[in-house]
Amino acid sequence: MEKFTVHSGTAAPLRASNVDTDQIIPAEYLKRITRHGFEDALFAAWRKDPEFILNQPQTQGVTILVAGPDFGTGSSREHAVWALMDYGFKVIISSRYADIFRGNSGKQGLLTAVVDQEVVETLWQIIEAAPQTQVTVDLEARTVSAGELTATFEIDDYVRWRLIEGLDDIGLTMRHVETINSFEAARPTFKPVTR
Amino acid sequence: MARTLAEKVWSDHVVRHAEGEPDILFIDLHLVHEVTSAQAFDGLRETQRIVRRPDLTLATEDHNVPTIDIDKPIADPISRAQVDALRNNCAEFGVPIYSLGNAEQGIVHVVGPQLGLTQPGMTVVCGDSHTSTHGAFGALAFGIGTSEVEHVLATQTLPLKPFKTMAITVNGALPEGVTAKDLILAVITKIGTGGGQGYVLEYRGEAIRALSMEARMTICNMSIEAGARAGMIAPDETTFDYLNGRDHAPKDADWDAAVAYWRTLPSDVDAKFDAEVVIEASELSPFVTWGTNPGQGAPLSGVVPTPEDFADPAAREAATKALAYMGLTAGTPLKSIAVDTVFLGSCTNGRIEDLRAAADVVRGRKVANGVRFMVVPGSVRVRLAAMAEGLDKIFLEAGAEWREAGCSMCLAMNPDKLTPGERSASTSNRNFEGRQGPGGRTHLVSPQVAAATAIRGTLSSPADLNMDAS
Repeated sequence: MEKFTVHSGTAAPLRASNVDTDQIIPAEYLKRITRHGFEDALFAAWRKDPEFILNQPQTQGVTILVAGPDFGTGSSREHAVWALMDYGFKVIISSRYADIFRGNSGKQGLLTAVVDQEVVETLWQIIEAAPQTQVTVDLEARTVSAGELTATFEIDDYVRWRLIEGLDDIGLTMRHVETINSFEAARPTFKPVTR
Repeated sequence: MARTLAEKVWSDHVVRHAEGEPDILFIDLHLVHEVTSAQAFDGLRETQRIVRRPDLTLATEDHNVPTIDIDKPIADPISRAQVDALRNNCAEFGVPIYSLGNAEQGIVHVVGPQLGLTQPGMTVVCGDSHTSTHGAFGALAFGIGTSEVEHVLATQTLPLKPFKTMAITVNGALPEGVTAKDLILAVITKIGTGGGQGYVLEYRGEAIRALSMEARMTICNMSIEAGARAGMIAPDETTFDYLNGRDHAPKDADWDAAVAYWRTLPSDVDAKFDAEVVIEASELSPFVTWGTNPGQGAPLSGVVPTPEDFADPAAREAATKALAYMGLTAGTPLKSIAVDTVFLGSCTNGRIEDLRAAADVVRGRKVANGVRFMVVPGSVRVRLAAMAEGLDKIFLEAGAEWREAGCSMCLAMNPDKLTPGERSASTSNRNFEGRQGPGGRTHLVSPQVAAATAIRGTLSSPADLNMDAS
């Protein structure tokens, strides 16, 4: 995973709540067995609409998505994170996320910043008025800034540390393999096996 | 200190606890299917890791598989490649798999419980959000992403921060004709699609205790639709009776030891929950959704709501968008909404009791002209059990389609799809835009409402059929 400290880029306003994983990537695209190449699948149904925000000239090249509350609800598909990242997004800003989506993002290095809904509204106003505004997300300082606005965002301390260090979760757990061995040896015999 | 069911199961699985770090939790059962696993197995190969406990891992093919002509190769080459990848991965890494055509194949959340693999006090994960289903047994069960699938395959553990707990107490008895599905749809409408975020829900109270295991699975299944990662119900005699004698249930002395342990799991009387919601069962009635998220629901006897009536601006905007997508007008009686397709199945409502309940409604009646009624059992076992009882004949004589087992039209990854603009009454769990096919419009309903709707052609309860007859 790439290390994440500070990111600056332009941002797209997605004025919708409950943006579910079926909208982020429809099930049809989940048949692929690769981890990359999902950029065409992102918001596939909505992108057929010429009015959709990501079809506008001013949002080309955006790397930050500012969305309404409850972003990423629905399924556990990590493809939603892959599609957002393949498209070029590095940061999502919202007031609330679905738990599994947020967990998946943390594993892949997609930063999900939690800010108050008022901050989301202010950001929408700023980037709608001046789409080329550079939005800066500083993970070490936990701040998001754009134009006159500077606001703090929430992120879990441990996830923040892992993102800054770019650490792989499995490798971290593998350090404790001896502890897993002893736990396993003490499990009750009545627990089932699959064969 | 007094503890909740969720806290007990959690603490019994902590491999390692360190301040400021997530706990490392041992996973008792890892269920795998074709859609969210291929990239995880690739990761193992790239890092030269093995599956640590193939004997605690089980794969089945469900999301992609066709529900007709299953003796022929899967027609869609991309679906076929994904299913083939799962078969090859399972063979390479020694993971047991129930493939299409096997008598144990079916939806992963139907297969685990019916084999007796899901037991109280276990941790169960799967790369599928509806893993919450298994919480009906008093297991801590939740969906995970593909990175976590790889993590569990490699280590049989997951690093996790503890969840908060929320008690959902349902007092009294459900009125006649009101099902577990109506109850959970009402819960989601009450607390919202984000209401359960960060929580494990524990369903309790008299109405929950009175439910069968299958009905409890329906409730826990849709915990994720309230934003919760898991839902749980304390194990009791109903749980033990369901498990006793199943293929993977403990036997003899192990059974006694297991039951003794399971009896220690229910939340202590003075356990404190982080949040509590109380619902009076007597106030519930058949419930359906009118919008494009599962929290946009209303009693079937009601009308399509008026967006302006929602106080919260985000909810108002969401309702406006939903009505436009659904092609509905505020104030329309829900019972006047005509459907094109009825889907009975899924990990929410594809079990034998669901099929029986629907068959009771359609017995001796005919599906309305122009309505397509698809019945898709949740597993091969469910399908065969239904056929042994003659349920297939009841459905076929009514004019329904009797299909093979799989996820089918719940998420339209196989050929079973709505066409743009088509409207369904569906016993599945999500009414998102395009969920059942691009442009499709979904109303979530119980099996009984699905069956009555198939007969009348408009959203209906079984009671409406009786009124037609009188």
